[in-house]
Amino acid sequence: MANPPPLAISTTALRKSYGRKLVLDGIDLDVAAGSVLALLGPNGAGKTTMVQIMSTLIRPDSGRVLVGGHDAIADPGAVRRLIGVTGQNSAVDNLLTGTENLSLMADLMHLSRVEGRRRVVGLLERFELVDAARQPVATYSGGMRRRLDLAMTLVGDPRIIFLDEPTTGLDPRSRRMMWQTIRELVAGGVTIFLTTQQLDEADALADRIALLDHGKIVADGSPEELKRGIPGAHVRLRFSDVAGLDAAERALGGAFRHEDTLTLEVPSDGGATAVRAVLNRLGDTADEVDEVSVHTPDLDDVFFALTGHPTAKPTEEEMENVR
Amino acid sequence: MTTLAFAARDSATMTRRSLRHVLRYPVTLVVSVVVPVMLLLLFTGVFGSLRSSLGAVSHSAYLAYVVPGIIVMTAAYGSSVTAQSINRDSTEGIIARFRTMAISPSSVLNGHVISALARTLVSVALVIGVAIALGFRPTADAGRWLAVAGVTALLVLALTWLAVPFGLAAKTAEGLSGFVLIVQLLPFISSAFVPPDQMSGSVRWFAAHQPFTPIIDTLRGLLTGTADGGTALVAVAWCVGLSLAGYLWARVLFRRDLSR
Repeated sequence: MANPPPLAISTTALRKSYGRKLVLDGIDLDVAAGSVLALLGPNGAGKTTMVQIMSTLIRPDSGRVLVGGHDAIADPGAVRRLIGVTGQNSAVDNLLTGTENLSLMADLMHLSRVEGRRRVVGLLERFELVDAARQPVATYSGGMRRRLDLAMTLVGDPRIIFLDEPTTGLDPRSRRMMWQTIRELVAGGVTIFLTTQQLDEADALADRIALLDHGKIVADGSPEELKRGIPGAHVRLRFSDVAGLDAAERALGGAFRHEDTLTLEVPSDGGATAVRAVLNRLGDTADEVDEVSVHTPDLDDVFFALTGHPTAKPTEEEMENVR
Repeated sequence: MTTLAFAARDSATMTRRSLRHVLRYPVTLVVSVVVPVMLLLLFTGVFGSLRSSLGAVSHSAYLAYVVPGIIVMTAAYGSSVTAQSINRDSTEGIIARFRTMAISPSSVLNGHVISALARTLVSVALVIGVAIALGFRPTADAGRWLAVAGVTALLVLALTWLAVPFGLAAKTAEGLSGFVLIVQLLPFISSAFVPPDQMSGSVRWFAAHQPFTPIIDTLRGLLTGTADGGTALVAVAWCVGLSLAGYLWARVLFRRDLSR
């Protein structure tokens, strides 16, 4: 039997509070080497605090953090040699040019002049920053700034990368580009720990998703595992008038009625057989149906089912904690 | 390479970065020379004329009296620029990036301090040059000039290390106004423009005992007359003490959690 892949990141019973506010309440999380873990949660859930602890910026109140096999609390220096971090706010030097920012990283990584130059040129090309390379970063757009930020993280060729909401505030094109870069990094064997508020992003990129809510991991699994067994798959029937809606509701029973959109949602696994069964039960009323559509659960359904609130609307208290 | 060699290399990298900021935006350097020169012209032009019209002192003698105070004000102005630049690093998040990298932790602040020292000493040299063009005739020999450079460097070091924790602690650039106000106003209530014994009451006591007065008196003694060894000792003690206080406070701030 093959051994499971080694762990790139492992946290045990991680706790952190600021004053009386408990931010992380006993987090156990493992990330296999070469995989992508998406930590998903609304604003104020504690995602950034998690990244700050694992990237040696802050210490937890209690618990254990191993990154690349090194203890992040006892030996932060060893962890720093392995990791790269791109935070929520672009950590770039606005007064320097793009090239100078990248060269600064190369110098701090103690690369030789030739090797540093080679990597800087390569990264400028890879992130489409060649034209802007000699301009001060203060003139860059938000998307360019974020690309430069990630490029700076990659100068040291890190094996474990933390990305804290890498696409928040990016236009769709920059977002696609960021996703592509993340996929390329993973193909090269890099481990990625990603935080996001966007379910489609986690779904598109992650091998595993952990849902963080109010300082606790409320679910942890592959996107498919999370979606499975969550109620949400249904056949949706739309009608042209209330009479049709009434008739169909009587015929089916147990359907969920939306008065405003004149639709009925019938719980179902969404397969062809199930759809035919629904239409058969309708009998002649089926002629009243304007449109039939099949919905499978997405991560929004998962999140709602597990936390009792949708991702998009953080509570007022959570908003206050957003820096 | 040894740890020490790495630390030196990182500090050099950070110093180059800060100096590049100065060279990229030379207006900072220009302003840090122009402001003290304006003050010099203002004091010699307005108050100097008043004092010579009262027969108290000649114009050129007053110029000689004021220059050491202007040197101190140049250093004070330079330190507020330093505080702003450290604050920018801290609020823009690049310090957080540096802290997740395997670099010598002290290099970030060392880079700022070393480049601030270079930048402010250049400003002071330019200000002294303007004063000489205006008719300032220092009597110092080479040894005393060296001592002037040494005392000025110590003063800049003290003000810079004080600027570092203020820059780290302030959450916005506006939060620095307290520091800027204190370092830029304090020289006015010292021996910079009027001897403290000509002041009255509590102002006189304050002017005689605040740190800038012995530093100014020492510079004045070195530039234009006999230096007072006792005053020089007090001046050096203040500089070393303030540097140490600023350094220790900065270290505490730099090591604590950045997620305020």
